[in-house]
Amino acid sequence: MNAPNSFRTGPDESGHFGMFGGRFVAETLMPLILDLEKAYQDAKADPAYKAEMDAGLKHYVGRPSPLYFAERLTEHLRAGAGEGLGAKIYFKREELNHTGSHKVNNVLGQILLARRMGKPRIIAETGAGQHGVATATLCARYGLKCVVYMGALDVSRQAPNVFRMKMLGAEVVPVQAGAKTLKDAMNEALRDWVTNVHDTFYCIGTVAGPHPYPAMVRDFQSIIGHETRAQMLEQEGRLPDSLIACIGGGSNAMGLFHPFLDDPHVKIWGVEAAGHGIPSGQHAASLTGGRPGVLHGNRTYLLMDDDGQIAEAHSISAGLDYPGIGPEHSWLHDTGRANYISATDEEALAAFQLVSRLEGIIPALEPAHALAKVIDLAPTLPKDHLMVVNLSGRGDKDIPQVADILGTRI
Amino acid sequence: MSSRLTQRFEACAREGRAALVTFVTAGDPDHDTSLALLKALPAAGSDVIEFGVPFTDPMADGPAIQAAGLRALKNGQTLVKTLAMVRAFRETDTTTPVVLMGYYNPVYIYGVERFLVDAKAAGVDGLVVVDLPPEEDNELCLPALAAGLAFIRLATPTTDDKRLPAVLKNTAGFVYYVSIAGITGAGSADAGAVAQAVTRIKAHTPLPVAVGFGVKTPAQAAAIAANADGVVVGSALIDALRGTLDAEEKATPATIPAVTRLVSALAEAVRTARPAAAE
Ligand SMILES: Cc1ncc(COP(=O)(O)O)c(C=O)c1O
Repeated sequence: MNAPNSFRTGPDESGHFGMFGGRFVAETLMPLILDLEKAYQDAKADPAYKAEMDAGLKHYVGRPSPLYFAERLTEHLRAGAGEGLGAKIYFKREELNHTGSHKVNNVLGQILLARRMGKPRIIAETGAGQHGVATATLCARYGLKCVVYMGALDVSRQAPNVFRMKMLGAEVVPVQAGAKTLKDAMNEALRDWVTNVHDTFYCIGTVAGPHPYPAMVRDFQSIIGHETRAQMLEQEGRLPDSLIACIGGGSNAMGLFHPFLDDPHVKIWGVEAAGHGIPSGQHAASLTGGRPGVLHGNRTYLLMDDDGQIAEAHSISAGLDYPGIGPEHSWLHDTGRANYISATDEEALAAFQLVSRLEGIIPALEPAHALAKVIDLAPTLPKDHLMVVNLSGRGDKDIPQVADILGTRI
Repeated sequence: MSSRLTQRFEACAREGRAALVTFVTAGDPDHDTSLALLKALPAAGSDVIEFGVPFTDPMADGPAIQAAGLRALKNGQTLVKTLAMVRAFRETDTTTPVVLMGYYNPVYIYGVERFLVDAKAAGVDGLVVVDLPPEEDNELCLPALAAGLAFIRLATPTTDDKRLPAVLKNTAGFVYYVSIAGITGAGSADAGAVAQAVTRIKAHTPLPVAVGFGVKTPAQAAAIAANADGVVVGSALIDALRGTLDAEEKATPATIPAVTRLVSALAEAVRTARPAAAE
């Protein structure tokens, strides 16, 4: 595939990034996503909307989030590296946002849009519960009705977040279909949306779904990368050499990557969840182990069988446990602009513990996958290599699950 | 040469009645029962058969059709087998139209060109693909029309007059009006509102308009059939089928008769829906 002049101009008018993306939805929803696209175009051009966003991001979310030099992790990895090796590691501290993850950046944008569109009822799907919590939070803040669909398995492994959503006044609907995880929650949210077309706004939590969601969610999350650029220039006087982030649907990764896509010297790594290992077949690595197909409104890499039936993903992390990936990542993969690798459950769990002890920051299991690959990559890179990892969320929600896993191992 | 679909709708119109369109899921609850049921549908009174292609993630379907698809998949149903079943059906029935209904991914993975050749050869007459709106016509709709298969479009309560021409543009066979904003098997539509919508659509197209989603009983079918050119019943047939399965969800001797009995009652209803003087 020929490299385009710019990697930042997509999608085209029909919502495609190369062959990926599109609008594969039932006719009932088509008028709704056309309305949404128009409302988003109008909002983007409206200074009042931008002002409201900026104020919300600053005073409610708590931005900018710090870009933090992880000194002890850097030193620890240098100790085991060869002469002159061991990249300088920075954390982009998205876990410090209100509600504890990057998800709120996107939800703020969509909820302000829902208000402009006059939609009083918000629905969302959630895996780890972070997107659900962020949605429930902003619905509380703006007095909107909130219904969150969550796979029944995720309800049990992310109990603290289920309680938080309920505290915030949201209704949490456990989904019993399929593998009872994120894919099934998204199916159920789409079924709700076709049924409640007149008053409901579907707040999608990642860079997936039909156009315009992948582009819109990316735009909202790109504040991560824009801040990182400015902060790195201020702290180091130059751009980073590499970026790394975990990938569920790919929103925290796309938010960090997108502002750097046209800086060819900035190397980009996305980390998918390898679960029990790619050869085991029990993983959530759609780019590494899947192929292009159509699900949830877009064409993208998916885990599936030879009959086109979608496979059940597996990951220790509820937020990464999805058999697909945002279409723009599929395109970045095929064009070679970004590199996609994977980390197993076990590697993520080890990184979770190491970073907690070395940095005094308990990461969520999702970014622990990115940290696991930092542990592999940093010692192979020179000392003056500046590496930014997106610390997309904090680990409080994972404490009961991790305690359980470690408890049974001891 | 007019297609089986056109001929069948014209024949029903000549009889002064709506066509009964029945939906069952291919391979539900197992391959052999499903094939036997397929073959029994025309004699029971089905005018057009919609044969559901199972998919793991049927976003527009309610619990009944979701479960039917999973039963079929669990028993090894594939698109290859579904096409083989249509081929077997055509050995004894060359007049009843068969429309495959499902989602795009299994077709996309089979390969669009190869699928169209094989479906046509098997005796498939048309396709209803829920997640392919007019905006994605290049994917399957235009190739299907070129291959001589009807691409049947869904029009819904959210399809307004501005959008209708686009929805009706590249289509053939009949128009499928989804009577409710919602999933299959959900609440029933108000017959008055449906009649209005059918009139609105017919102002834009010469094609017959069949109405589905939420039609469950013979009485509801009769009410819809008073105005529409076809009535589609799906979830109610699947419910009847499911009610006969044993504890392991296997077919029993009651399975096929339970479905054909309901089909016969529905067929009777569409025949008595309009006053005899209507034509
Ligand atoms: C902290 C955190 N990071 C990452 C993700 C994965 O989502 P995405 O790939 O869209 O960033 C989640 C999802 O729940 C999350 O909670």
